[in-house]
Amino acid sequence: MDDGRGRGGGSGGGGDGFITLDRVEKVFDVRRKAGFLKRERQRVRAVDSLSFTVARGEMVGYIGPNGAGKSTTIKMLTGILTPSGGRLRVAGIDPSRERTRLAHRIGVVFGQRTTLWWDLPLIDSYRLVHRMYRIPDARYRENLDRMVELLDLGDLLDVPVRQLSLGQRMRGDIAAALLHDPQVLYLDEPTIGLDVVSKTKVRAFLRELNAERATTVLLTTHDLQDIEQLCSRVMVIDHGRLMYDGPLAGLHEAGEGERTLVVDLERELPPIDAPAPARVVRVEGARQWLAFPASRSAAPIVARIAAEYPLVDLSVREPDIEAVIAKMYAGRAGRADRAAP
Amino acid sequence: MGSGRLYLAVAVGGFRRYATYRAATAAGVFTNTAFGLILVSTYLALWEARPGLGGYEQAQAVTYVWLGQALFAALAVQGGGFETELMERIRTGEVAIDLYRPADLQLWWLANDLGRSLFQLLGRGVVPFAFGVLVFPVALPRDALTWLAFLVAVVLATVVSFAIRYLVALSAFWLLDGTGVLQIMMVAGLFCSGMLLPLNVFPGTLGEVVRVLPWASLVQGPADVLLGEAGTLSTYLLQGGWAVALLAAGRLLQSAATRRVVVQGG
Amino acid sequence: MGEGGRLAQGVRAYGLIAGMWIRSTMAYRASFAMTAVGSLVVTGLDFVGIMLMFSQVDALAGYALAEVAFLYGLSATSFGIADLALGSMERLGRRVRDGTLDTLLVRPAPVLAQVAADRFAPRRIGRVVQGLLVLGYALASLDIDWTAAKLLLMPVTLVSGAAIFCAVFVAGAAFQFVAQDASEVQNAFTYGGTTLLQYPPTVFAQELVRGVTFVLPLAFVNWLPASHVLGRPYPLELPGWVAFASPPVAVACCALAGLAWRAGLRSYRSTGS
Repeated sequence: MDDGRGRGGGSGGGGDGFITLDRVEKVFDVRRKAGFLKRERQRVRAVDSLSFTVARGEMVGYIGPNGAGKSTTIKMLTGILTPSGGRLRVAGIDPSRERTRLAHRIGVVFGQRTTLWWDLPLIDSYRLVHRMYRIPDARYRENLDRMVELLDLGDLLDVPVRQLSLGQRMRGDIAAALLHDPQVLYLDEPTIGLDVVSKTKVRAFLRELNAERATTVLLTTHDLQDIEQLCSRVMVIDHGRLMYDGPLAGLHEAGEGERTLVVDLERELPPIDAPAPARVVRVEGARQWLAFPASRSAAPIVARIAAEYPLVDLSVREPDIEAVIAKMYAGRAGRADRAAP
Repeated sequence: MGSGRLYLAVAVGGFRRYATYRAATAAGVFTNTAFGLILVSTYLALWEARPGLGGYEQAQAVTYVWLGQALFAALAVQGGGFETELMERIRTGEVAIDLYRPADLQLWWLANDLGRSLFQLLGRGVVPFAFGVLVFPVALPRDALTWLAFLVAVVLATVVSFAIRYLVALSAFWLLDGTGVLQIMMVAGLFCSGMLLPLNVFPGTLGEVVRVLPWASLVQGPADVLLGEAGTLSTYLLQGGWAVALLAAGRLLQSAATRRVVVQGG
Repeated sequence: MGEGGRLAQGVRAYGLIAGMWIRSTMAYRASFAMTAVGSLVVTGLDFVGIMLMFSQVDALAGYALAEVAFLYGLSATSFGIADLALGSMERLGRRVRDGTLDTLLVRPAPVLAQVAADRFAPRRIGRVVQGLLVLGYALASLDIDWTAAKLLLMPVTLVSGAAIFCAVFVAGAAFQFVAQDASEVQNAFTYGGTTLLQYPPTVFAQELVRGVTFVLPLAFVNWLPASHVLGRPYPLELPGWVAFASPPVAVACCALAGLAWRAGLRSYRSTGS
């Protein structure tokens, strides 16, 4: 079966697969508006004949644009969704049939949703994990001590979660997902919204974890640096199919990303005279798009625009993998003129 | 006027947003009809035992029930409009962005809520009311003027309802947890609006008090105008008075809150 | 794993999670006290409404205030218990929409127990207390000709009634897997159901009474057993033993609700929405 190009990437193929997918499919029925009251049913293949294997102890980046089938795959791997076809095994378990048994073997971190208890001290969330996963007392204490040390949580254990910063909370979430010694860790956008220091801490921890316990890590992210610093292998999925599976080098030409500021003005105006290095890249009626380097803060740009223009609304968009992948394809097709900085 | 267009757009947005929740609308219609059925049965028994209670004939009492069900969502009698969203924005600090907008916070949400209200009047009110009219003996006016006067009373009721909920929402600037205030709002809304029992059935002093509270503007006010049981002008006066007073209180609270946000730096 | 094992596991998980919510609530003690009293007052106003009606009449469809209070007390207490235990299930649709249900599916505990314990709100005890107060008032003012069977019927009815309402909550949540925005339909059966049962069956049209007796058997929560205790004829021709039939009806309702829940969860896991 044709399941994309460059399968295996050298590291994951063979029979020693710890995570194996064999022609896995996921088909949704989507209802779409077709006229005033009419709805049309449409079958959408979110995941289309996907096959890959991940060996024990690998760290793999799993990327793709929004709606590419990324999170559907993760949901099938964690037993949340039942595949429509194909064969899927994680640590020898069929996730959808033995969801509860699998839960003891995997850890999941949902980047934007904390599973910690908002109003309670951090340690209380860990006590719940201790009892819910029935972790032996000695093992729990040992793991907790190690997490506290590696993730620098010592001063945070007695602080209510709502008072933690985003970065501290993410570290807390990662620890919670690992107390029961999972063999696989799924991380969904683990560094989203974090400051540089927190990102560094999280990445350093993941490296140590992988080296120390040989935990298999599958990581979805929009942040290319996560992958650069953590994963020797990358899988790119688009339209439910594996488009790329191999070492990171193939993705390198992407370069530094830009963030976009979307500004809604009260009325149509000529392009905003934005403070450098921001520049207007698109104007559409009263809405304007400004691009600026991802490393710069949006605050001074926003303040300046708010002071001088009739502002109605605004939002900031992060550089996303879609742009990177687009660039990647463009680079493959005919490069030279689009050299990355 | 440019800002007039802006608020019209906001109102249209409010209308559209609720129009997208089709299943929720259908569910609401079902629920309002079910509650109407329960309530109308008890009213029939009540007026059977005491004809002319509260100045209503049985058919008027029945009309009152279905009117209440029709207005329940539009007037957000028990809440369910913008207030929880605004409270959440205050809690998370996102309200600072709203304050940067070149639009007035109160007018913005008022426009939004009027849009929502209009949709819910049409989407959730019409069907239960039509059901009630078709299945039960009701007393409806025949002249168009009374219906027009009724619609004006409904608009005034919506504004009063908004003004109450705006005050409730702004309390989030000072209170850590809004559950208690929301709960008080729900109770007062249900009990003092006449949703449970027409206010003119309330006995003695209790009756006299609830009939002049702001909530009397909600269900009881429009019902009085439609059923011709109270002077249209006096109803308008009560509704208009509360609308002005509560909106003004909202402004006062809003400027106090804005100062607070500015001091804290958002 | 056997059904018994799953049940034990579910109860354990429910206890763990509910315990966490109780501790969370206690982080805001003042707010808890206020909302618990508030909950008692809110539900109390229901009954004030009924008392206002009786300030104008002596009997409603043949029932005196104390008799209506008896029906009210039974229904409100049963509903209060179910609402305390499973009231958060009406939030399921929201969890499906915002995707937070997924975080429960990766934990080693039954999803039903986790959803049921989610946002466990101790303040809902206010409703149970209020129901018991009204029931106490009714028992004090009524002159019931007590027999051993009638005495036994009281606790049995409360527990069975609570179980029937629990089944309604679970079935309603299962429906939200299919229609996530339709949580209000559930209100029609839960809040609507308890409101209906607070009034005498003689108030309602025959078709409605038949519906809640044979189709959605809410009548077993209080109408049928209460008719026996009060010695009043039920508006439908039924054999005498139905007054004691609440427990098996409750068991059947729970079993059906459990099946509906499974079907709902299965459909969620195969469609993802």
